[in-house]
Amino acid sequence: MRSVLFVFSAIVVMMLAVWAYRENYRTQAAMNEMVAVQREMSSLRDDLTALRAEWAYLNRPERLRELVNLNFERLQLVAINADQFIDIDKIAFPPPRPVSPPRRPEGFVPPGEAQITDDDLTGQDASEQSAAPSADDEENAP
Amino acid sequence: MIRTPLRPLARILRAREAGQNPDEIEAENIARREAEMQIRAHRTGEQRLAITASVFVIAFAAVAIKMGMLASAAPAEPRVEGTRQAIYSQRADITDRHGRILATNMQTHALYAHPDQMVDPARAANELARIFPDLRADELLRQFTVPGRRFTWVKPRLSPEQMQAVHDIGEPGLLFGPREMRLYPNGSVASHILGGATFGHQGVHSAEVVGVAGVELFFDERLRDPAADGSVRLSIDLTAQAAMEEVLSNGMRVMNARGAAGVLMDVHTGEVLAMASLPDFDPNDRPRRATGNDPSSSPLFNRALQGQYELGSTFKIFPVAQALDLGLINPNTHINTTTPMRIGSHTVGDYANYGPSLSVTDIIARSSNVGTVRIAQMVGVERQQAFLRSLGFFEPTALEMSEAATGRPIVPQRWPAITAATVSFGHGLAASPLHLAAAYSTIANGGTRVTPTLMAGAAPDRGERVMSDAASGHAVRMLRQVVTRGTARSAEVAGYEVAGKTGTADKPRPGGGYYQNRVVANFAAAFPASDPQYVLIVTLDEPSVNRGGGESRTAGATAVPVAAELVRRLSPILGLRPVDQDALPDIAAPADLALLLARND
Repeated sequence: MRSVLFVFSAIVVMMLAVWAYRENYRTQAAMNEMVAVQREMSSLRDDLTALRAEWAYLNRPERLRELVNLNFERLQLVAINADQFIDIDKIAFPPPRPVSPPRRPEGFVPPGEAQITDDDLTGQDASEQSAAPSADDEENAP
Repeated sequence: MIRTPLRPLARILRAREAGQNPDEIEAENIARREAEMQIRAHRTGEQRLAITASVFVIAFAAVAIKMGMLASAAPAEPRVEGTRQAIYSQRADITDRHGRILATNMQTHALYAHPDQMVDPARAANELARIFPDLRADELLRQFTVPGRRFTWVKPRLSPEQMQAVHDIGEPGLLFGPREMRLYPNGSVASHILGGATFGHQGVHSAEVVGVAGVELFFDERLRDPAADGSVRLSIDLTAQAAMEEVLSNGMRVMNARGAAGVLMDVHTGEVLAMASLPDFDPNDRPRRATGNDPSSSPLFNRALQGQYELGSTFKIFPVAQALDLGLINPNTHINTTTPMRIGSHTVGDYANYGPSLSVTDIIARSSNVGTVRIAQMVGVERQQAFLRSLGFFEPTALEMSEAATGRPIVPQRWPAITAATVSFGHGLAASPLHLAAAYSTIANGGTRVTPTLMAGAAPDRGERVMSDAASGHAVRMLRQVVTRGTARSAEVAGYEVAGKTGTADKPRPGGGYYQNRVVANFAAAFPASDPQYVLIVTLDEPSVNRGGGESRTAGATAVPVAAELVRRLSPILGLRPVDQDALPDIAAPADLALLLARND
């Protein structure tokens, strides 16, 4: 009995040792990867700064002015002036999409006087009612 | 402890008497003693084992607890030394109010040499001199061959092409250190505001970038702080700033001026949207400080902030606004304008004779010195001083630039009647165009004091009330009259209801007295007059223009047309809607967008 226990604990210890060894190497690998990723982030950040600087340099007012002058024949760009302001209600916005009301279900009979009650009927055949108009909506859409 | 004797005499004697062997008694005692010792040793051993076991249990429990904690804790990225520093060593950016970059950094390299590692110093020196025309081969060779020298700087900044060329020399003693360079992508735009930067402490692997002037110096700590995102968003609008510099530079050329300055300020917040001073410089290649006596001859001199000018008739609105506020006059009050007027031994005269009297509105519109002096006399010296002080004319502006503190107005020490009189029409007290912009903002925004600022996003600042809303409204309407029928008729810009005041001041001689033919022409404007949003100050230094055969130096002929062009260009850029255009153009909707009517079938 005792020897079984010893063998068992020895096996457990070995398994734990293997596990710890692998965890150790996995951690180191993760650390290395992280260092690499951080280095890449840092270099990408540098690139980003450089690209931003270049973008700002390419968009410097002096250069844009030169480009406008060079391409004046084609683009005819001039500085914005006061005539270019108009009231917002003078602008033709696209009209909103028309929304058609739901079509009457087939074979709809308006309720007669006697059928109108004070009882709450909403829960009874809600599923049938909601299915019918949605199908109609589709074909009704312009 | 009392040791039990191995051969106790009493028992030995008894045993002898009984004929027993007394050695047995000794043996028995020895055996008992050893048994006791064994028991004691056993007990000690057990205790030690227990202690050892508990130490092991505690140690393993600690490990287990730690492992449990690690297993249950949320995984976080471990920090590794060295990489973060590279990310954050950069100096923070400076942007305009819309986030467009005004100052940023660029990676470059510095070139240094280890002469002791050099293979062929003579060839290296020759090749370097070929790559960099500003270096001399013999000088380099001398540096490379100083005995015992192990390190020398060659070049603080290299372009990538130059770096490749130095690589191609193939000299192992030439080495590169990474350098962060401050870059101003817009060149000379907003150069005075930004200032400039240079290298502070230099090491092989990095160099400190420090601000030397302007915003760069004022916010140096904040920009360099690696812990925080210290980027600075200025209130400057890059487009407006560039347009202002372009228009001012053209205006300066047309008006033959020596220099020009412009300030555009939001009247409610005190934000400076554009501030230019010409001539300017490129902050990427900042010129050296001027060595001469006259600082204004250097392009580094910021006329808008550091230039203290007698601002001339633009000051006339201040005594008038104050008198309106005090209820001493109304816009229609007639004031004696008989010229010349004597104050003690001095004479104050008008540019032309405007007759025996003018209404207050006309005094402003036609810029009568005598009328203004009479109004200032009604106000009195003490109240005049207090009013100018409350407008900020007695101390430097609080603008976020290192030069702001040097822009201290030149205020007369004593304030006799003649000084009070001349200050009322803008002579004898010198202030910067920025001071004037802040003071006009106060007049235009309904009478509350404005603190100029370069930081974007300032909340509308309800400063200390300097004058009543009604007085401010009257003053703006009078300034509007100056443009519609007074001295600044060329400032009329359709849609923007410019209200403003011209000012032409003789330049003081360095030795005392005034030049006869050198003036500073100012125009201070607020627009649109019905609801002032912006104040624009234009200052031209020594302008002179030929007009109708004669030379003209008045602000009306020089600064005003430039200001009108600025209003025309800047207002649409700032998104200011023209006010007095009732019939805005109709734009027909394209045919295919005609309204579809909803059907109900």
